[in-house]
Amino acid sequence: MSLSISLSVNGVAREVALDDPRVTLLDLLRERLDLTGTKKGCDRGQCGACTVLLDGRRINACLALAASCDGAAVLTIEGLAQGDTLHPVQAAFIAHDGLQCGFCTPGQIMSAVGLLREAQTGDDPERVREAMSGNLCRCGAYAGITEAILDAQRQLAAPDHAEAA
Amino acid sequence: MNRFEYIRPATIAEAVAAAAAPGAAYLAGGTNLIDLLKGGIVRPERVVDVTRLPGLDAIETLADGSVRIGALVRNADLAHDPDFAHRFPAVVEALLSGASAQLRNAATVGGNLLQRTRCAYFYDVASACNKRTPGAGCAARGGDTRLAAVLGWSEHCIATHPSDFCVPLVALDAVVEIVGTAGSRDVPLESLHRLPGDTPARESVLEPGELIVAVRLPADAASFAAHARYLKLRERTSYAFAVVSAAAALRIEHGAIVAARIALGSVAPKPWRAHAAEAVLTGAHPDRAAFRRAAEAALADATPSGDNGFRIELSRRVVARALARAAAGTPARLPALPASPFAPAPGGLHA
Ligand SMILES: Cc1cc2nc3c(=O)[nH]c(=O)nc-3n(C[C@H](O)[C@H](O)[C@H](O)COP(=O)(O)OP(=O)(O)OC[C@H]3O[C@@H](n4cnc5c(N)ncnc54)[C@H](O)[C@@H]3O)c2cc1C
Ligand code: SF4
Ligand code: FES
Ligand code: FES
Repeated sequence: MSLSISLSVNGVAREVALDDPRVTLLDLLRERLDLTGTKKGCDRGQCGACTVLLDGRRINACLALAASCDGAAVLTIEGLAQGDTLHPVQAAFIAHDGLQCGFCTPGQIMSAVGLLREAQTGDDPERVREAMSGNLCRCGAYAGITEAILDAQRQLAAPDHAEAA
Repeated sequence: MNRFEYIRPATIAEAVAAAAAPGAAYLAGGTNLIDLLKGGIVRPERVVDVTRLPGLDAIETLADGSVRIGALVRNADLAHDPDFAHRFPAVVEALLSGASAQLRNAATVGGNLLQRTRCAYFYDVASACNKRTPGAGCAARGGDTRLAAVLGWSEHCIATHPSDFCVPLVALDAVVEIVGTAGSRDVPLESLHRLPGDTPARESVLEPGELIVAVRLPADAASFAAHARYLKLRERTSYAFAVVSAAAALRIEHGAIVAARIALGSVAPKPWRAHAAEAVLTGAHPDRAAFRRAAEAALADATPSGDNGFRIELSRRVVARALARAAAGTPARLPALPASPFAPAPGGLHA
């Protein structure tokens, strides 16, 4: 069985022929579109390393069937920066030491971008932590991650900041 | 994962026809089904993707005041609907205490109701499991029973239903709308899941091909909004299934309870409504003694299914505490840690 799906991946329209319906969105990105920034940790929805935005909402790419995403817009870590200008969340992760080995970081950053769009936490660090509980960090960089998100939120709210992502 | 045929029907009638064939499974958000496929725990020949079915993603108030939630409404969208949250705060607290933000963005209402047990032996295909392979035996019996059922179980299966969402829903008399090849029907959520008996592989009353299209909350369910809470005991504060949970909803007039709703989660093969405990509270003064009596009544029929007798007293305490929280009043804003027995340190930036 062959199946053709259309996706917008980081703003670029892609037509993908799937020879097998079992392919997850995560495997599609990593193995077929060579976008290896999105990480595979557990492959079972338990770690958040595979977090991407699907039509603007953060999801676990490992538990999404690629075929079911037909027609959707996917944003991965590769699509976040504008040229050489980092997204404010990326810059804040660096500024606040929100990482150590970096394996969980693409998922953390995509999750944080999703969190800021959801706009449910305000500036309460406990609510930010709770809203980020779907992203595990084996290195325990949580303190810096929380600070980075709160800082990025402040920057994005600043009146001079016209941000699209 | 076994190879399967992937079908994406455009209408409910097509979906029901496609899924009525033996070996077919519906796919909604996929957060449970894909996991089970990867583990080889389920091996459907056909996967029927319902995500494009029209008309199943609305939250509507009907003429009689009941609220109808489409089966494809995502868990996060329901939880963040301000009007719904205002009327059914315990449902929202349960939703937000489940899984993670990513999973809630994908998970649907219908899929949450029909998610499978988290019994570790069910997940381990090398272990005997009557649910996976009828007649194979149950490796959980005499195994690690710490999280196994204390209500409603049988010697053939001691697994629990893990949904948080279902617990306040069953307490509030939710009704499930179902469409099948023979037409449509309504089933109270309390009767959707079957007790295991000697056929634990049959988990719900759904016939092959039957599709959940919506869940309805009756008009009266919103009358508990001022005193409705969900309490979920977990092994870590977030992103964990319940060890034991309870939903409690009270209507209090002139200092007395005029109506009570209580249900337990993760202690039985289905979301467990505690009618006897509700009867104990009707007319009572909302105090600790009354809540303890209700908790005793809720667990009156409980028996350990293994080395898990502690779960019975733990459940009583969770029920009593959920009632005490409900009596204290629904907070204007959900706590930072929804349904948690722990309060965060205010403003703390601890790691
Ligand atoms: C790491 C992790 C942590 C989790 N933690 C929690 C938690 O703390 N609390 C909690 O309650 N849940 C938790 N979950 C479970 C999660 O809530 C469920 O996976 C989710 O609700 C299922 O919804 P879905 O739309 O993704 O269903 P799917 O995976 O698409 O389907 C689930 C089942 O329902 C059937 N189905 C789906 N829709 C319909 C329909 N409309 N009619 C008939 N059948 C249908 C499918 O055939 C399948 O058998 C967790 C999951 C993961 C992976
Ligand atoms: S308790 Fe039920 S699900 Fe678990 S191994 Fe036994 S039969 Fe299977
Ligand atoms: S790889 Fe998807 S959640 Fe771990
Ligand atoms: S930085 Fe190493 S896992 Fe998070």
